[in-house]
Amino acid sequence: MYRIVRKEALRPTVTLYEIEAPLVAKKAQPGQFIILRVDENGERIPITINDFDPEKGTVTIIVQTVGATTEKLSHLNEGDCLQDFVGPLGKATETEGKKKVCVVGGGVGCAIAYPVLKKFHDCGAEVHAVIGFKNKDLVILEDQFRAASSVLKVCTDDGSYGQKGLVTDALKELIEAGNQYDEVFAIGPMVMMKFVSKTTEPYGIPTTVSMSPIMIDGTGMCGGCRLSVGGEMKFACVDGPDFDGHKVDWDLAVKRNQMYQEFEKHKYEETCNLFKKEAQ
Amino acid sequence: MANMSLKKNPMPSQDPNVRNKNFDEVALGYTEEMAIDEAKRCLNCKNPKCVNGCPVNVHIPEFISKVAEGKFDEAYGVITSTNSLPAICGRVCPQENQCEGQCIRGIKGESVGIGRLERFVADYHNAHGHQGGAPAVPERNGHKVAVVGSGPAGLTCAGDLARKGYDVTVFEALHQVGGVLVYGIPEFRLPKAIVAKEVARLEHFGVKIMTDTVVGRTITVDELMDDMGFEAVFIGSGAGLPMFMNIPGVNYKGVLSANEFLTRINLMKAYLPDSDTPLIHPKKVAVVGGGNVAMDAARCAKRLGAEVYIVYRRGMEELPARREEVEHAEEEGIIFKTLCNPVEVLADENDDVKGIRCIRMELGEPDASGRRRPIEVPGSEFDVDVDCVIMALGTSPNPLIKSTTEGLEINKKGGIVVNEDGLTSREHVYAGGDAVTGAATVILAMGAGKTAARAIDEALSKK
Ligand SMILES: Cc1cc2nc3c(=O)[nH]c(=O)nc-3n(C[C@H](O)[C@H](O)[C@H](O)COP(=O)(O)OP(=O)(O)OC[C@H]3O[C@@H](n4cnc5c(N)ncnc54)[C@H](O)[C@@H]3O)c2cc1C
Ligand SMILES: Cc1cc2nc3c(=O)[nH]c(=O)nc-3n(C[C@H](O)[C@H](O)[C@H](O)COP(=O)(O)OP(=O)(O)OC[C@H]3O[C@@H](n4cnc5c(N)ncnc54)[C@H](O)[C@@H]3O)c2cc1C
Ligand code: SF4
Ligand code: SF4
Ligand code: FES
Ligand SMILES: [Mg+2]
Repeated sequence: MYRIVRKEALRPTVTLYEIEAPLVAKKAQPGQFIILRVDENGERIPITINDFDPEKGTVTIIVQTVGATTEKLSHLNEGDCLQDFVGPLGKATETEGKKKVCVVGGGVGCAIAYPVLKKFHDCGAEVHAVIGFKNKDLVILEDQFRAASSVLKVCTDDGSYGQKGLVTDALKELIEAGNQYDEVFAIGPMVMMKFVSKTTEPYGIPTTVSMSPIMIDGTGMCGGCRLSVGGEMKFACVDGPDFDGHKVDWDLAVKRNQMYQEFEKHKYEETCNLFKKEAQ
Repeated sequence: MANMSLKKNPMPSQDPNVRNKNFDEVALGYTEEMAIDEAKRCLNCKNPKCVNGCPVNVHIPEFISKVAEGKFDEAYGVITSTNSLPAICGRVCPQENQCEGQCIRGIKGESVGIGRLERFVADYHNAHGHQGGAPAVPERNGHKVAVVGSGPAGLTCAGDLARKGYDVTVFEALHQVGGVLVYGIPEFRLPKAIVAKEVARLEHFGVKIMTDTVVGRTITVDELMDDMGFEAVFIGSGAGLPMFMNIPGVNYKGVLSANEFLTRINLMKAYLPDSDTPLIHPKKVAVVGGGNVAMDAARCAKRLGAEVYIVYRRGMEELPARREEVEHAEEEGIIFKTLCNPVEVLADENDDVKGIRCIRMELGEPDASGRRRPIEVPGSEFDVDVDCVIMALGTSPNPLIKSTTEGLEINKKGGIVVNEDGLTSREHVYAGGDAVTGAATVILAMGAGKTAARAIDEALSKK
């Protein structure tokens, strides 16, 4: 069992958890993820490692409540335990040898982007960042991003904070302003990563994306997380999660993530009703 | 007086039309009377061929004569002197190719039901407990051994060493112990309570189990030895990497590997309403392949309410699955489309599977494996309406441990190279089971775990 030593609501639906998992903390690297199970009947869900403290033996994750499992998770408190917590999984992000990069984060994807950005920064790269959110209430990690990047653009869809518009607009402005990036690194919803890749393609800027297909085992055993990348079949949990954004078959990836939508909707309602009943 | 009936005592089973809607065990097991009657069919041969057919040389005539005498506990002792998982082997061994395939009674009529008797003895023992209480736990000898993977290979190796007093820890990537026995083979063929019982037995002997630990990621083989003080490591990580066909449409929504489908059902219990794991409930399913994995996937899909086709490129005769599984599948209403092979998966505008295009095959000359090679019949393509395609084409060893363990030699198919003792190219590192051979059988994996345990004991007891 894996104890929650700290729980912090960053936003109403975005929560940070610091979990006791010494072996994972010892091995974790930016870009890797864990798989957790909340309880005995729980499903296995992948969550990126946001931070880790090998000394203390803890791993920090940031989770957005979007469905049944993340809802259940949000009802656990400090001192409670997760049934399972396995990792670190996937390959670490390659940050070596890059002089100037732009990290693009969308929504809770920023939680994933942050450790990568920090590592680029620590490796001595000049780091620019563009982070985007639906509205002001959802902005997370702004201070952390600011501390580790020399240029930061915050965008909101509705203009309630920072610059109004999409991250792709802000990214394009930076490129058009003459910034020569060795790499653009994008993490967020699939559609956002797709359009970031489409934005950088004409400029020939190498673009890495962190893919989030549906996973179970996370060890290369089920093939459920497979993607088509440059016409080849890849298993995101072992070959990724980072891939060349210009080679990913986006439409297929987006559609495959909708495979269980009906079930998920139903399960979410069922779970919420259960918690409502308990509260009464 | 031997029972000279040409036929085996039939196995009491759930009615096909009832069982194809539930996940309870299909075969119900012999009663004591049936077991004794079946045991009397054994001729107690001087030179028992059956034993040669068993990869772990179970002393078959000896245990069967104990059954015939009604001494079931003694029979259990005979079996477990060479086979530590009889309740499992009795259920899943391909007996027709092994012990029963060699039985003298099989020449004229049916062989003795060795597997069924083995199962009976183990179940009897599990139901009635051990006479004289739990077996004694040996004194620890102070040597530490790590076992990677908790399938039959790992469990057997761990069990044998623990019984000799070793301090054994099993590291398992998943949250549950048992390997394919829990994530692959369905409840209706191998109830998970049986696996749990075996695991409890190991824990009784002092085996420690660490789930949620992916060797190569959470901890490496070298760290197990250098930092954690394990003197030897046994790798029984199986062959879990699924193969897909290289045909258009394999990534459409509704195309799954059998591993994914079966893991959702068996490991995650997604067919039960309490489970949070999603599962598709298809109407018509094509399962591609003809082995045990294909039969299991097909029969699971049937139990979820689908109409199910097995699509296999050779004929009925060539199906590699256990014969009993094929018979059970047919009884349960699975439709066999043999001598045909998929060439494309078809989907609607939303990328949801709507069919599978197949081509007819005929059998040509025997190939290297000795089986007749299937050849496409030009122009014979036809479409089958399905909304789900399950690929059960085989698996290969997962490359994770190899890629994180320097100096570990592997062969062209990804299997770890070992000598006759199960020793790899790395000192004190042993391997066995599917990780070495590629997808094979439970009993061979157990045999490999046993061999390695013996070799590890020899090496460490000299220290
Ligand atoms: C490598 C990786 C890293 C991720 N990192 C984070 C993170 O740091 N923070 C975060 O909030 N989310 C992250 N996710 C997404 C997270 O796994 C899903 O939001 C979560 O599984 C949703 O579960 P649910 O039951 O609450 O919602 P559901 O209603 O069940 O699902 C909502 C949507 O999430 C996706 N999803 C569902 N199940 C899975 C699954 N088993 N694996 C992957 N995606 C699934 C599907 O697209 C689905 O439509 C990551 C996903 C991957 C693959
Ligand atoms: C659906 C299905 C049905 C089958 N039916 C039969 C049958 O009827 N009869 C029969 O004889 N055989 C059958 N087989 C084959 C048989 O199950 C296998 O040959 C046998 O289980 C192999 O045993 P193993 O111990 O080598 O590996 P596995 O059973 O595969 O166990 C390997 C274990 O290692 C774990 N692991 C892998 N990598 C790591 C890692 N890096 N770190 C930690 N743990 C790791 C895995 O999670 C798994 O639990 C079937 C197989 C399948 C898939
Ligand atoms: S272990 Fe398998 S092959 Fe050996 S006797 Fe038992 S059922 Fe037959
Ligand atoms: S070959 Fe058949 S009849 Fe002879 S000992 Fe073995 S099981 Fe009995
Ligand atoms: S999650 Fe199963 S293979 Fe990647
Ligand atoms: Mg869910």
